[in-house]
Amino acid sequence: MQAGNRLKDSFKKTIHTFINVLPIIIGMLLATSLVITVFPEQISAGLFGNGEVPDALLGASIGSIAVGHPLASYLLGGELLSGGVGLVAVTALLVSWVTVGIVQLPAESLMLGGRFAVYRNLVCFGVAIIIAFLTVYTLQLFGMV
Amino acid sequence: MPEKVKRRGLGGWLFLTLVLIAYGLLSLVEPEAAAQALAFFMRVMQQVFPVLGLVFVLLFIANLVLEPKWIKRYLGKGAGFKGWLAAVSGGILSIGPIYAWYAVLSELQEKGMRTALIATFLYSRAVKLPLLPLMIHYFGFVYTLVLCLYLVIFAVINGILVEKLVVQET
Repeated sequence: MQAGNRLKDSFKKTIHTFINVLPIIIGMLLATSLVITVFPEQISAGLFGNGEVPDALLGASIGSIAVGHPLASYLLGGELLSGGVGLVAVTALLVSWVTVGIVQLPAESLMLGGRFAVYRNLVCFGVAIIIAFLTVYTLQLFGMV
Repeated sequence: MPEKVKRRGLGGWLFLTLVLIAYGLLSLVEPEAAAQALAFFMRVMQQVFPVLGLVFVLLFIANLVLEPKWIKRYLGKGAGFKGWLAAVSGGILSIGPIYAWYAVLSELQEKGMRTALIATFLYSRAVKLPLLPLMIHYFGFVYTLVLCLYLVIFAVINGILVEKLVVQET
């Protein structure tokens, strides 16, 4: 009897949580679809080429505002590499693509708290650049690039 | 606690309303773009639908099985190495869009999950196991290995930093 009540209570609570979360998820998907459609994904390799640090900042910024499947970042990163963009900038783009989410920020703020969301994204942005340099320097150290 | 749930609910509906207003405005200026965006949304929704089912099941299990006492012990302030390991491996193994996981993490946060572990979980999602073969294909095995190692290390560092900043402010 007690187990049955617990099951019922948990189910009710889950339904309640789900109803609260559903508009955020649907809103998020609608917003993402809008951004993908309105803003073209093609980014010119010509934007890069201003030195490692500015390029890494640019790469991380593009990755932060980009939305879409991580696979798209691999394709874009591969194209940028073949277009002559440095590996640091491409790595910053790849990392920030999957760790920073400017478009998801409203949903993250609503569910996990505004302060948490803002700080997490800011730290992730900085860390994306650090990882980009560390990865490339590690590969250089072992003569891999 | 109920107040928080209520507030979150209203915020969600307000957010959805704002997005729908944006669609309405776009359809007035560029109806074709609005239709394209809606068609894209429908395609994405088809992919996300099964994940929403998984989220519902996880939320139900979290409500049924996980006691705040348990969460505080294993994922709370006192959580040791096992807590970090759970956050990193959970993040790596988690599937689906990130915003679907916000709901589960929000529930665990309310039950006492440590802020650092939430941030670590979210960061660990950067290691995409199913996509590793493709990453290797595009960038090479050594590059992928080095990058993934740094992602895991920095998932923990990121968690610690975010917690310090959030706690400092409160």
